[in-house]
Amino acid sequence: MIKDYMAIINLAENENDIRSLTTNRPIASIPIGSRYRVIDFILSNIVNCGIQNVGIFSASNSRSLTDHVGTGKAWDLNRKIDGLFVFNHGLCDFVNHDSKLLKNNMEYIYRSTSDNVILASSYMVCNMDLAEVVHAHEASGADMTVVYKQTDEADEEFLNCYTLDVDEKTNKLLGVGKNIGFSKKANICMEIFLMKKEKLVELIYKSAHNLNSKSFISFIFNELGNLSINTYKYDGIVLCINTISSYYRSNMKMLTPEVSDKLFRSDRPIYTKIKDEPPTLYVKGCQVQNSLIADGCVIKGKVKNSVIGRYVDIEDDVEIENCIILQNIRIHKGAKLSHVIIDKNVDIEEGTELKGNETFPLVIEKKNLFK
Amino acid sequence: MAKKNMVAMILAGGQGSRLGLMTKQMAKPAVPFGGKYRIIDFALSNCCNSGIDTVGILTQYKPQMLNAHIGIGTPWDFDRVHGGIATLPPYMTEVGGDWYKGTANAIYQNLNYLDGYNPEYVLVLSGDHIYKMDYRKMLKHHIETSADATIAVIDVPLSEASRFGIMNTDADGVIESFEEKPKNPKSTLASMGIYIFTYDKLKKYLIEDAENKNSENDFGKNIIPAMLANKEKMVAYSFSGYWKDVGTVDSYWEAHMDLLSPDNDVELFNTDWKIYTSTEARPSQYIGPEAQLENSIVTEGCIIYGQVINSIVFPGVYIGKNTRIENSIIMENAVIEDNVMVSKSIILENVKVESHNAIGNGKDIAVIDSGKVVPSQAKME
Repeated sequence: MIKDYMAIINLAENENDIRSLTTNRPIASIPIGSRYRVIDFILSNIVNCGIQNVGIFSASNSRSLTDHVGTGKAWDLNRKIDGLFVFNHGLCDFVNHDSKLLKNNMEYIYRSTSDNVILASSYMVCNMDLAEVVHAHEASGADMTVVYKQTDEADEEFLNCYTLDVDEKTNKLLGVGKNIGFSKKANICMEIFLMKKEKLVELIYKSAHNLNSKSFISFIFNELGNLSINTYKYDGIVLCINTISSYYRSNMKMLTPEVSDKLFRSDRPIYTKIKDEPPTLYVKGCQVQNSLIADGCVIKGKVKNSVIGRYVDIEDDVEIENCIILQNIRIHKGAKLSHVIIDKNVDIEEGTELKGNETFPLVIEKKNLFK
Repeated sequence: MAKKNMVAMILAGGQGSRLGLMTKQMAKPAVPFGGKYRIIDFALSNCCNSGIDTVGILTQYKPQMLNAHIGIGTPWDFDRVHGGIATLPPYMTEVGGDWYKGTANAIYQNLNYLDGYNPEYVLVLSGDHIYKMDYRKMLKHHIETSADATIAVIDVPLSEASRFGIMNTDADGVIESFEEKPKNPKSTLASMGIYIFTYDKLKKYLIEDAENKNSENDFGKNIIPAMLANKEKMVAYSFSGYWKDVGTVDSYWEAHMDLLSPDNDVELFNTDWKIYTSTEARPSQYIGPEAQLENSIVTEGCIIYGQVINSIVFPGVYIGKNTRIENSIIMENAVIEDNVMVSKSIILENVKVESHNAIGNGKDIAVIDSGKVVPSQAKME
């Protein structure tokens, strides 16, 4: 358990390549892994290491997010002292004006009694022991520590993420670039930063007064010459949710024990909003293979290699293969779906056949409950 | 303090000794039920869904598990500023103290709790029944008939009527007489152990009953007969729907099989009237490449590689390859390794059945005690 740290989750995240899932929500509240939202992972990592003060800075399309996190109860963050704070931004281009939102809510950062802060994004899904990162940061004596993941799949995954040039002997950060998918090997910035609160405050003021508006993270990296930045190499599983295909692959990876055993551990559980669904009923005649199924479902048809969310009804003679079905969905008789992502509240009519493929899964967008 | 219209008192102190190993470490209302619930969740959720926000829980026998489960009542929305949930165990006073001697005595000893809310009506419930019921409708009936007490009744088959407390009513549903487990029942209306009393009347009878040295201080045996003898207006409220007292290992197992029957009227999966419970954070259930599930209920945190037929599987259970579970109930965190046959069994929490085993003969219900390790029967070569 670590002390004297607060956490800020900055949701200024690039949504350009995942638009069909973010029409009504930020990346942070996209459903993932059958019963979670993207933000559940970083939020749980934060509370699992003992931090009790979390600020979420989000854009204006935050209904889904604020509904999900609520008072922070599911993460034990409904506290009298500290707890969860959510800040919304009214401007359109949040990604390039996040320092302004941070500056406007400076009083929150001032009032928090912790001397140190962890600044993180939500879209790097992992189950990380942040206490270990804190120990490494404090031992380094650097102004700041940034976490990275070394990958051999940079030509397919982590596209458009920051890459770090690291001195592997001293762990010092030498330079920063972007992953344009040119090479397989890269050190991907996980957008988790540790620093003193006063350093964060200083950087926020500087960034907000900078006339060339850009994201706060890119401002930090611009300051590389004025800062000593230490790096921390993370060896665990990281799933990066920034494109439709990476979202699709990330869900599918959760079907393999190598990934799911690392992400879902009983010593560091991932918490999410409780929905009080009944258990799932597997009716006689159903066939379910290699799938992740949430509670609240009634399954009569066939489900293979798929991730099924809460409250999904799968009727007779339905065939679902390689699909991601989010919550509150009914799939009527005889429908055949393969490589499809179905967003919330959709009814798939009787006999419908939908087909996408591995690289371009078909997305059926969320249906609004109102007209 | 603001007055409450109706306060619920849930009797949850009973041992339920006929449930055997299941109640060795916890009171009957705390026994797990239906894949992710505990028996008392049904009464608590009925209260919550009926808009009752003040609930007293009378505990006595081994209450630790029950207390841990209920906490401050958050899952049922009972964490309230005014009202909410209170567990009410027996207590000492300046002149000594007593265990709860009977159901009526348990409420009598907590009249001060009720007086604190000064309710118009008191709903007395049993914490160990499985059913979904809107108590608002029963209260409406109570008010419309200007009753002093209303007793919920359910029509049972004549052949079974002698197992219940039977209400004999007139054409208007007014109770004329009450017989506890009659040999020759005159009616088939069985008391469900759910009462609404007008509080002033209840208080009067509880005080009189407490002064009577010969009384067993029981609602069915003493309070109801005394009120009837004094010609108080007692009305039956007919309930139709699923209702079960899971008092024995057999009825506990049967109630689970009821959940799986395709035409069951338990309505567990009807989310218009949700049953709430306290849950641990677990991932979704993983169903393996060669698993086979048939007419079964499975829930969060389970990993299933084998076959599950006509069974109920609680959270966090592991079922290995080539293992077949049929007509069974597998409780939280049990691990059933590869090549095991389990039939007509109740496997309690944290049991580990090692590979190459057979549990249950398919005729009598086998119960494996919580935490037990059943060693592998594979021959050492």
